Amino acid sequence: MLGLFVAQVLNGLLDGTYYLLIALGLSLIFSLGGIINLAHGAFFAIGAYLAITIAPFAGFFGALVLVPLLVAGLGMATERTLFTRFYRADPLYSLLLTFGLAMVIEQGLRWIFGASPQSFNMPEILRGQVFFGDFIYSRYRIFLIVVAVVTVGALWVLLNRTAFGRIVRAGVQNPEIVGALGISLRPYLSVVAGIGIGLAGLAGVLLAPIYTIHPAMGAEIITLAFVVVVIGGLGSFWGVIIAAVLVGLTKGLLVAVGLSSWSTAAIYLLMFVVLMLRPRGLLGERILRFE
Amino acid sequence: MTTTNSTRRGFLRTGAAGLALGVAAPTYLRAQSAPLKIGHLTPTTGFLGPLGEYAQMGIKLAVQHINDNGGAGGRQVELIMEDSVNPQTASTKAERMFERDRVDMIVGEISSASCLTISQVAARYKKCFVNTGGNSDSLRGKDCNRYMFHVETQNSMYVNAEGQFFDGKGLVDGKNWYTMTADYAFGHDLLAAAKAFLDANGGNLIGDELVPTDATDFSSYLLKIRQAEPDVVALNLAGTQITNFLKQYGEFGLDFTLGGFGFDTVSAWAAGARNFRGTWPNVWNHLVPNDASQAFVRAFVDAYGKPPENQAWGDYNAGLIMARAVAEAGDAGGDALADYLESPEAQFDLMKTRKGYFRPSDHQLIQEIYAITALPADEVQNKWDIFTTSDPLPGPDQPLETLATSVTGGTCSL
Repeated sequence: MLGLFVAQVLNGLLDGTYYLLIALGLSLIFSLGGIINLAHGAFFAIGAYLAITIAPFAGFFGALVLVPLLVAGLGMATERTLFTRFYRADPLYSLLLTFGLAMVIEQGLRWIFGASPQSFNMPEILRGQVFFGDFIYSRYRIFLIVVAVVTVGALWVLLNRTAFGRIVRAGVQNPEIVGALGISLRPYLSVVAGIGIGLAGLAGVLLAPIYTIHPAMGAEIITLAFVVVVIGGLGSFWGVIIAAVLVGLTKGLLVAVGLSSWSTAAIYLLMFVVLMLRPRGLLGERILRFE
Repeated sequence: MTTTNSTRRGFLRTGAAGLALGVAAPTYLRAQSAPLKIGHLTPTTGFLGPLGEYAQMGIKLAVQHINDNGGAGGRQVELIMEDSVNPQTASTKAERMFERDRVDMIVGEISSASCLTISQVAARYKKCFVNTGGNSDSLRGKDCNRYMFHVETQNSMYVNAEGQFFDGKGLVDGKNWYTMTADYAFGHDLLAAAKAFLDANGGNLIGDELVPTDATDFSSYLLKIRQAEPDVVALNLAGTQITNFLKQYGEFGLDFTLGGFGFDTVSAWAAGARNFRGTWPNVWNHLVPNDASQAFVRAFVDAYGKPPENQAWGDYNAGLIMARAVAEAGDAGGDALADYLESPEAQFDLMKTRKGYFRPSDHQLIQEIYAITALPADEVQNKWDIFTTSDPLPGPDQPLETLATSVTGGTCSL
C-alpha cells in the first residue's frame, strides 16, 4: 500500500509537467503584454493536428522540431495582427478577442479535419514501460518529461542569462523606462508571444500520442492551465512551476486515497484557498487593484 | 461511375428493397404532395460532436434514399438539421422547429439530457421524437412518453449483452471486476446496471473509480488498477474519455481483459489499431456480414469516403423507419404514428438477422446487438477494420427480449 502511495506521489509530480508546458506560455504572454490568451488551448490543438499532418513525412521527431516552430510563427503572426492592438488596454478586450479566436480555430480544425477524432501513434522506440522497483512508468512519459524539463530550462536561461531576457524582464517591470532608454519593446513582444504559443504547440505534439486528438481538445486543457497560472501567480516563472507540480500532486493523491470523483474539484478548491490567502498567487507580483 | 450505379442498384436490391416497397406502395393509392418535414437535432460541437457528425451523415443518406425511392407514402422528405448544443438550446430549437418550420417529427440527439427536453417539447405538440443516440434507462423508465421512440439501445441492454459475452468466456462468476465510471448521469446509470448484473451473476466488484467528466489523464487510475490486479477492467466512460483511456492503458502496459458497457466505434478508430483493445457492445457496426449492412456500408462510403459509424446506422434507420411509418399510417401526426409503431405489424428490417419492433410498454426498439473485439495490432489491414464482430446477441435460440429485460427495473407507464 505504501508502495502505491509513493508511486502516486511520484506520478503526481510528473503529471505536473504537462500543465507546465501550457501554463508557462500563458503566463509569459500575460506578463509582458497584459494579454490573457484564451486561444492558448486552441494553439495546443493546432500543434496536435500539425503533428498528425507532418509526422507521416518528417517522422515523429521531425514533427517535434518543426511543429513548435510553425506554431510559434503562427503565434507571432497573431501577435502582430491582433494582440498588438490590445496591449495596455482593458484586459476584457483581449479576453473577448482571444475567446473568439479560440472558437474560430476550433471550427477551422473541424472544417479541415472533420469532427471525428484522429488517431496517432507514438514512435516504436518510445513504446513500452520502465520499472523502478515496484513503480511502473511509461517510457514515453519519461521522454515527455525530459523534453519538458529541457525546454523549461532553456527558457529560464534565455530569460535570466541573456541580453534578450534582461530587456524582456525590464519590460515586464517597467515598459515606460525601457521605452525611455530608446529600446522598442515591440519586437520583443512578438518573440515572447511566439515562444509562449510555440510552447503550446510543443505540448500539442507531445500529448498527441496519449490524448484524444479532436477539434475541441484545446478547450479541455485551457481551464487547467489557467488554474495553474492563477495558483502560481500571474507572470511568475517559478510560481507556475510550483503550481503545476502542486496540481498534479493533488490530483494523484486524491485518486490514491479513493476520492477520485473529487480530483478535479479539489484543484479548484486549491485555487480558491490560494486566492483567499494570497490573491496574487503563490509567487505572483502584487496586483494593486486586487490587494 | 459504373461502380456507383451498381452500388445503388445493389442497395435497392437488398436491404432497402423490402422497405422501399413498403414506403412506395401506398403512393399509388393516395397521391399526397405536401412534403414531409423531418427536423434533425443532434450535437455537432462539444465532446459528442464527432458522433453528431456521423448522425447527420446518416440521416442525410436516409432522406436521399427515401426520396430516390418515391418518398414517404408518396411525399418527398425535407430535412432540417441543427446543432442541438445542450439541453436548453435543444429544447428551444425543437420548439422553433415545430412552431416555425412546421416539422412533422424530430429525429436525432445523443445526449440523454437533451433527449428529455426535446421529448417534452414534442409531446406538447403531439408529434413524434425518435431518439437515435440517448442511452439513459430513465428515458425508457420514469421519463418515457407516448410520442418518444428509441432506436438507440438502452444502457441495460448493452450491459446484458456485454455481460452475456463475458459470461460465455467464464469471466463473470467468481471473477474480480474493476470499473471506471464517468461521474454524471450516463455513467451512474451504467454503473447501476453493471452492479445489478454482477450481483445477479456472481461477479465481484473490487474497485470503482468515479472519473470527473473533464479528466483527460488516467495515469493515477492506471497505477491503482495495476495494483488491484482485477480479472476484468470495465469502462462506463463516454466520448473522448474512452479513447484517452485506451491510449494510456496501452502506454502503461496493462493487459487485464478490457471491456465496457457504453461504446461507439468512433472511439476505437480514434484510438487506432495499436491502442484499441478489449470487447465492447455495439448496436451495429460496418463489419456485420449481411447483404443489407454491406449495401449500406457501400452507399455510405460512396457518399462520404469512409465507413459508417454505429451512430450513422441509428439515424439512417430512424429515417427509414419513420418514412415507412408515415406511409403505413397515412398520416404524420404523433398519435397516428404512435398507434402504428406500437402495432404488431410494425416490424423493421434493421440490416440484422432478425427484424426489430418497438416494445409497446416503453417504445424501446427491441433488436439484436453485437460485441466487437479488438484485433491484434499485427493482424490489422487498414485503419477501419480493426476489430471483429460477434454473431448477433442474443443467440438464435433465445428470444430478442432477453437482452432488454431491465436489470434495474422498468418504471415506464405510458
